[in-house]
Formats: sequence, structure tokens, C-alpha cells
Amino acid sequence: MEPTDINNPEYFHKVVDCQYACPSHTPVPEYIRLIAQGKYTEAYMVNWDSNVFPGVLGRTCDRPCEPACRRGRVEEEPVAICRLKRVAADHKSEVKNLMPQAPFTPNGKKVALVGGGPASLTVARDLAPQGYEIHLYDEQSKGGGFMRSQIPAFRLPEEVLDEEVGYILNLGIHSHFNHYVDSLKELINKGYDAVFVGSGAPKGKDLANLPGRKEGASNIHIGINWLASVAFEHTKSIGKRVIVLGGGNTAMDCCRTARRLGGEQVKVVVRSPYADMKASPWEKEDAIHEDIPIIDNHVPVSFVIEQGKLCGMTFEKVKAVYDDKGNRKLVPTGEAPAFIEADDVIIAIGQENSFPWIERDLGLEFNDRGMPVVNEVTFASTHSKVFFGGDAAFGPKNIITSVAQGHQAAISIHLKCTNRDMVKDRPSPFVNLVSQKMGIHEWSYDNDIWTDHRYVVPQADKSLTLKSIKKEVELGFDEQVAFKEAQRCLNCDVQTVFDKDKCIECDACVDICPTSCITFTPNNDDESILRGLLKVPANNTDQSLYVSGQLPTTKVMIKDENVCLHCGLCAERCPTSAWDMKQFFYSVTKAHQF
Amino acid sequence: MTYLRPKFRHPELEKNKLGYTINYYEGALSTLCAGCGHDSISAAVVQACYEMNIEPHRVAKLSGIGCSSKTPTYFLSNSHGFNSVHGRMPSVATGANLANKELIYFGMSGDGDSASIGMGQFVHAVRRNLRMIYIVMNNGCYGLTKGQDSATADKGSISKAGSNNRFEAIDMAALALELGADFVAQSFSGDKTQLIPLIKAAINHKGFAFINVISPCVTFNNNVGSTKSYDYVRQHVDATATIDYVPPAAEIRTSYNEGSSKRVTMHDGSYIQLHKLENSWDPQSRQSAMNAIHEARNRNEILTGLLYLNSQTEDLHHTLNTVSQPLNTLNETDLCPSAEALNSINNSFR
Repeated sequence: MEPTDINNPEYFHKVVDCQYACPSHTPVPEYIRLIAQGKYTEAYMVNWDSNVFPGVLGRTCDRPCEPACRRGRVEEEPVAICRLKRVAADHKSEVKNLMPQAPFTPNGKKVALVGGGPASLTVARDLAPQGYEIHLYDEQSKGGGFMRSQIPAFRLPEEVLDEEVGYILNLGIHSHFNHYVDSLKELINKGYDAVFVGSGAPKGKDLANLPGRKEGASNIHIGINWLASVAFEHTKSIGKRVIVLGGGNTAMDCCRTARRLGGEQVKVVVRSPYADMKASPWEKEDAIHEDIPIIDNHVPVSFVIEQGKLCGMTFEKVKAVYDDKGNRKLVPTGEAPAFIEADDVIIAIGQENSFPWIERDLGLEFNDRGMPVVNEVTFASTHSKVFFGGDAAFGPKNIITSVAQGHQAAISIHLKCTNRDMVKDRPSPFVNLVSQKMGIHEWSYDNDIWTDHRYVVPQADKSLTLKSIKKEVELGFDEQVAFKEAQRCLNCDVQTVFDKDKCIECDACVDICPTSCITFTPNNDDESILRGLLKVPANNTDQSLYVSGQLPTTKVMIKDENVCLHCGLCAERCPTSAWDMKQFFYSVTKAHQF
Repeated sequence: MTYLRPKFRHPELEKNKLGYTINYYEGALSTLCAGCGHDSISAAVVQACYEMNIEPHRVAKLSGIGCSSKTPTYFLSNSHGFNSVHGRMPSVATGANLANKELIYFGMSGDGDSASIGMGQFVHAVRRNLRMIYIVMNNGCYGLTKGQDSATADKGSISKAGSNNRFEAIDMAALALELGADFVAQSFSGDKTQLIPLIKAAINHKGFAFINVISPCVTFNNNVGSTKSYDYVRQHVDATATIDYVPPAAEIRTSYNEGSSKRVTMHDGSYIQLHKLENSWDPQSRQSAMNAIHEARNRNEILTGLLYLNSQTEDLHHTLNTVSQPLNTLNETDLCPSAEALNSINNSFR
């Protein structure tokens, strides 16, 4: 193989599994170290720069970082990255003075944002410091979008959301709440230099064709609409027996909300097997903890109406059958249909995009699925002034993805408004690589790695949490536990950097490496053969091989990045400092930074 | 700060036939200098024992004094060990071996421990053909006392301080050959592909197995002008052959060209496969091995690999005609026969 080009920042970026997996590429190990040092404010700001809503995400993120975490490959469970983020938010001191300070010198350009959710707010935050005049439109009375209307207050307290939305709106954003944009054409005609559409995926899927749907309508609710109605306090109660249809996180939020509004026998009924449900495992656990059974392999057949009122639903029992390619088919078991009693049914089986307010003659192309044609890098539509981001761009995902897309759309808008090319002139990431060596056995990071299992986030007692929709369930780590959990981080951003010209091939690094990552071997052009030649064969092909140039004995050094503990023993044992531990900092450049 | 090694190991480590992963054969974290050749030798012992499926409790590690003699702490933590007096390891090994001949004895020594203070002990262990693996970690200097020239430093070798060694070197491998050792090998700590099969073959040898390993002292003898530095050894190394140790009844995976390859069979059917053979050298001829060493020396080269092997060796227990049972398991009845037994012996002379 050719020697690895470590000058390409993407090589070391990929080694930092959590950061690489994060859509916004938040420098995770950096802020976890700051938390361990008790520097919560600094940790918060590292997050805020990257993901804009640390307090919100520290409670609600889908955590793509955690399945990627290296700790999960050398131990059982990943670091509790998400809940450590919350620790930074909970324990920080004053942060406002560390943020850009409005008013900014106007640059004469105007940008409209449709929707007040995470994508639009990110665009607002990134563009405001450049002097853009920003107008944010939302049909609700407050900013936050689905973070406010869909995530119940017992998971995300209103104060937390208000605080973080407030940081952005205070940057001199002109907000137009209670204002539903019903025509894109009109908006463009108001003279905006760019329009960003961050209107989400606001339409909940229904089961319109199921028998009894019309007759029972007054007791059948669409999940996301119902959650919004609860959030804005239009709905305050529900029947004692509730069926929630669906297996995603919205269904989990619906059933737990129903428990707090008077639902005593709340059941989740889902078509697929339990293991295939889309909801995050921890959300399922939380629902079960609140005495909500999850009944799987049940397909809705009909709403049962008695004397003009909904009294339950019937379901067909199925089992999942998988073909050779792993495609799933739900096959009826042939058992008698099941009847489940209910006073109310909440349908939470997914949500869709809806753009009735966008005229189709603007030159803004839509594809055959009714979605706008959006560039995956620039987030530009086919209309020169209109950009998309968040769920509105490519369908429903999650908050952190919306934020990441908001950053990129803001960059495009800024490039466009300053007459630069949206692809060629995109800024490269900010990177830095600095040695951490302080002495023979001393590093400026804590490389003392111990076996220590993941700590559980404490929860308030069920007898308290089920009484109020606003009582937050999770209590968050206290400082002592947060420190211990933070110490589980392997500091994967502290890179093992190899200098072949200094190596004397003494094998000291090979002998000391606890996880057998390093091998000196004759080179081979075929990567799969090379992977088999290593001290422990490198079977995880998602993980890179770090290959050096040829050494004096004609061998090459190969390091399998897979289970490297970043403990620095290779560098401590190296007599010539051919290995060094260097901290790699990688930050996606935002629109206000170039 | 780390003076301790993390407990995590690669989750896909393979188990040997005993069901142990290699970390079961590890020792404590080494306190030798970073880059010390001795650590590589320790790692080679670990690898060899793991691959040979040796039960750690069947191994005894014996040593004297010196950097080399510290190494038994750094491998096989689950084995027996005895860190003895400077240069006196062979005596302790002899005693231990006579008491219990069923253990595998690793004698770990250095050039100071074996070629200076312990020379008198070393030569007698060789000539008695005590069954053990005797490894000399040879770095040509007294590393533990800041790098003075040792008895194995080559004449003309330059020390780190700049002085030129004026004395002739003792060639440990040639000496062992001369004294009648039946397994003599020489290797380099920086070449595990050679060292590991040599250690495996040595473990299996039924008598005194000697391996002289050039092991650079990275702190005091790795300078320009030293003849035991990593660079010098790599530039001047000349292997007799590349070697593979093949255990009994194992499948032969590699094929070798006739003519440049030779097989030396050991007592239990295992064998050593040598290929890319040095010209005019026969691993089963002491005379030929001696010549090869001298010729290499004349060429300013360090000859490594298996130098000589007599697989028909007869060790000390054989020579002394001891009972088949280990002496430490003999009880009072075995050792003090009854009066009737004495009478019957006496009667046989009447």
C-alpha cells in the first residue's frame, strides 16, 4: 500500500470516531477533557460553536457518535457522550459574553428564514455576525420548531430551549412569529438576497383508509400534531386507555406524554418486531420503565366503534420473515385478530414533507417524490436565491443533522451573497496538530486508561415524574460521576503520529502496545492481504490502516486504528521519538469564520 | 503519567490449544530503557511459549544480576522464578533441574553475568549439558552501571564516551560450541522472525540450548562506532539460513527449493526447516559451524541463526543415570529402603 497521507486532515478526522460520526463534527474528546477538568463553560462553548444547542442536544440527541465510540469496541458500552454534553450545559457559568455580540455592522444583505427550527436558527447564528439582516418566520408563537412542539417538556425543559433559542434571537434577528408563510413567491418579492427554507417535515402520516377512522375521529390523533397541541397547552388530558401506533421516537414521546395526561393503560403497538423498531434503545427503555408495554408484530386492521364512540382497535398478528438479502416481510401468523381496548388512539407512524406554500412556477424544481431538488453539498435549490436545510431538504432526520445542514447552507448563502463560487470557494476545515509530550512519562492529556463501565444517568422517581408533564425525568450526572464518565473517554483525538525517518525498528512499540495495533511487515499492494499479515488481523475494514513509508530493513510500519487506546505507550517506549502523541483539532469552518 | 499498562487487549486475540490468549503469558510492565533490545527478547519468549502451548506453571525463569536478569519479571508472570546472585544463575539452575527435571528452565543472562563474573559457572553448565534454555542478552556493555565495555565488546568498538576498546572479545557462541554444547544459536533482538523459532526449537531441545542474542543497549551502546548498535548489527548481520520450527505432526505449509533447504529432525519428530542455506555449512557438524563462525568474523560479519544442533544429545540426568521420577517427588520410602532391602542386597554379595 501507499504510505498514508496524514497531511490530509480527513485521515486523522476519521480516527476520531465520535467526531467523524457526528453530522456536525463536534470535537467530542476536546469537550469531554474540558468537562473532566471542570471547565464546563469552555466545554459548552466548544459545543455551541459546533452544534448550537448543547443543552437541547445533551438531552435529546440521536447520538450517532455513541455507536461509533471506540470504547464500545474495547469494552462493552460507549462513553455517555450525549449526557456529558448536558453536564457542560448544566454546570456552565456565564456564556453570553463569549458569544458574538450584536449589533453587527450591516453588510447590506437580507436573508429570510422560513421556519424557526434548528436548521433556520443555525443559519441565523452563522450569518448574523457577518452583518446580514435576518428575518425569521414561524407559524408558532415561539422559536425552536419541532424541538419545542414535538419534544415533551419532561425530556426537554422549556427553560433550556428558551435559553438556547434566545442566544440566537438576541443576535439581532428579526423574528416574525405567528406568521405562516403561505407563498414563497411573495417572500422572494420582498427583496431578500436569499431565502432559507427550514420548514421541517410538518405532516404526520395517517391511516385514513382504515375502517372506523372517520367515525372515531374525535378520539384518534396524529402524533406530532397532538404533541404540539400538548406543548402549547391546548390539549391537557387524554382517556385512561390509550393505544399509540408506531415504533419510532415520536411514538415513545406520545406514549410517555399520554401517561402524564391521564393515560393509565397506555400501550405501544407496532407492526415490526421489537428489535427492528426505529426508536432509540434508551427511549424504548424509558417507555417500558413507565409501565408502557410495547406490543410488537401487530398490524392495525380497524378502529372499533361502539355506539358512535371509539372503543378499541383490532390487529392482525404477524411475524417477520427475512429473505437472503435481509429484506423483511411481515407474514400473518394465521392467529385470530387481536382486540385491544382504547379510549384514544395516537397515530405516530412517521411524518412527511409538505410544501403547499411553494408555487411550482418559480423555477424551483421538485422531484417525483414531491421533494425539492437540493444539492447535497451546497444545499442550494434550482432557484438561485432559495436554499434548503434540515428535514425540509431531504426528509425527516434529527436535530444534529439539521444543525449540520444549516451550517453548510449558511456558508453557501454567504458565498453567494459575496459573489463567490459555492463549491470551489467552500472553506476548508480548521485543523491543528500539536505534540502533547511533557516528559518521558508525562503527557498533557490523561492517558491512564482503566476498565470502568458506563455510568447510568439518574432519573427522578416515577411517582414524581408521572404527575407532571413538566417534571424532567433525567437528573443529569452530578460533577463526581461526570468526571468518572469523562475519564472513560480514550482521547482518540490525541493521534499516534509516526515519523519513519526517526525509527530504528527496535520493535519496542510492537511489544508494548496493549491492543496489538502495530506491526512491522514487508509491504503488499493488496490491502486485504496486508490486513491478514498483521499481529492481530485487521478484520474491521471500516477502520483505516496507517501505513508508513519504507524503512531501512525494507519493511513498513502498519498500525490498525481499530482498537488503539491512544494510551501513548508506543510513544513512551520509543527511544527516538519516532512516535509522538499529537492532539488533532478539527473544526468545520462556519459562515461567520471566513 | 503511565507506569502501568491498560488492561484492555485486542478483542479478537486468538486462543492457543490450552485456551489462553497471549496476554496470559505476559509479565509486568518493563522498567528497562525505552527501545531496549531485552524487551524484544522478552516478547519473543512470550510469543514462543504461547505458540508452543506451554502451561506457564511448567516454566521456571532463573537469572542473576544485570539488565538482562531483570527481564524474567517482564514475561510469564504465571511461571516460577528465581532472581539469584550475580553470575550464579547456572548453579541455581543446576540445583533446580536436578530436583525437578520436568520443568522448562529459562536461564536469562547477560554478557556481564555470563562472560565476566559468571564465566566459571557458565562453562560448567555447558559441559555438563544441563537441560535448559540459556539466553545471553548480549549488548557488549554494562548497561546497569552506565555502559562500561564488557568482555564481549569487540576490539576496536567505540563506546558512547568515545573510548576505543583495546581488549579481545569473548565469542560466547564459539565458546559454547568448543565446550560441547549441542544446541548453539545466535540471533538479534531486532529480528523476531528468526528469534522466535530458535527459542521454540531450544525449548524442545533435550539438553543445554544456548542462544546468544545481540541486544543493543539503546542508552549506552547504540552510538556510531559501536559494533552492537541497531544500525551496525543490521548492516553486518549474515544469517546461516532462515529457519522455521515445525512441531510434531504439524502440516507443512511452505515448500522449499531442494538444494538450498535442509531439515533437521528433533527427538520427538518435530523438526527445524532451514532454507536459503549459507554455502558450505552443515548445521549438524560442529566443525562446519566453527568454521562458519570464524569465516564470518573474518568478513566482519555477525553470523546469526542456528549454528549447530545435535539432536541425539544426552543431558545431565542421563549422564548421572538418575531415576526417571523427579527427585523432589521421591518420598521417605523411596529414599530410605527398609532393613530387609539392605539384607537382601548384602545377601546378594555372599
